[in-house]
Amino acid sequence: MKTAIDPRTINALRGRAAEEGLLDVAYATADSPFGTLLLARTKRGLVRVGLPNQDADELLADLADRVSPRVLEAPAELDEVRRELDLYFDGKLDHFSLPLDWRLSGGFRQRVLRAIDRIPYGQTRSYTEMARKAGNERAVRAAGSACGSNPIPLVVPCHRVLRTGGALGGYGGGLPMKQALLELEGVLDGRSST
Amino acid sequence: MTPLPPFQNVLDEHSATVMGILRGAVGRDGAEDCFQETFLAALRGYPKLKDASNLRGWLLTIAHRKAIDHHRARGRAPIPVAVVPEVAAENGLPGPDAGLWDAVAALPPKQRAAVALRYGSDLPHAEIAAALGCSPEAARRSLHEGLKRLRKELA
Repeated sequence: MKTAIDPRTINALRGRAAEEGLLDVAYATADSPFGTLLLARTKRGLVRVGLPNQDADELLADLADRVSPRVLEAPAELDEVRRELDLYFDGKLDHFSLPLDWRLSGGFRQRVLRAIDRIPYGQTRSYTEMARKAGNERAVRAAGSACGSNPIPLVVPCHRVLRTGGALGGYGGGLPMKQALLELEGVLDGRSST
Repeated sequence: MTPLPPFQNVLDEHSATVMGILRGAVGRDGAEDCFQETFLAALRGYPKLKDASNLRGWLLTIAHRKAIDHHRARGRAPIPVAVVPEVAAENGLPGPDAGLWDAVAALPPKQRAAVALRYGSDLPHAEIAAALGCSPEAARRSLHEGLKRLRKELA
């Protein structure tokens, strides 16, 4: 049985769910120069950014499992996130002022990611430095894997972390994306360095 | 245990069915309201849901509670009826005999759902069984017990 549902009905439902505090996880998609991003937030702040090469359904199922199954598409809730990302991709924003929800990473990983969050626009750091900032200089490999598992890429700029010596290292969204982001920020001048 | 999917999936998958059934049960205008109430109630209870294997049946049960609430809220002076109609009204809409819906609302959950699904939404036994997550035989039994009780209540 297929019954057409007025989009206004769904909108009204979202509105009432938000009013009642039932939107545990609100999500939306957003266009970017690299493809479609998935953005998800909780009442605390931005909790997940899915890059174009990541499976959105899997990310949402993971949020349902780890945060709350009350996951609803609610684009209006992500307006501010989308606005800042658009400005960033246009090269007009060098500092995100979005509240973040860190709950998807714990312990050492979260300390690494919080240290990454403080790397200024247009600068890079090494995995070793990040390991040291997180309190264990020898855990370089773990710092690398914390970057790799960054739930909030772009906004928490793990693309600014390179290997000692300047090699790009890895990136969840693929190395071409990492390189393009560093070029956007004026760190790389377009010549390839791997 | 099946993990609970994102609620958006549940909405995408079942909203058309729920709306269709609600239109049958309370008419087009009332259906909008009942639809909101159904999915809000579902969203409230969702994290506590133990079993994700019959989300459709779970939603339809909520929808029928909301449809019955709707009929009760609109019912004015209840008119006691001697006989419960055996067939759905031609347009799928129950008459103004709100006393009947009060009696339906007072039935035990399975019987209430079976009666509402059969006479409110005009579903066949197999569909009722699917919605309730039981065998067609059990659905038939619930319906039969529900009707027996209604006849006694309203006689």
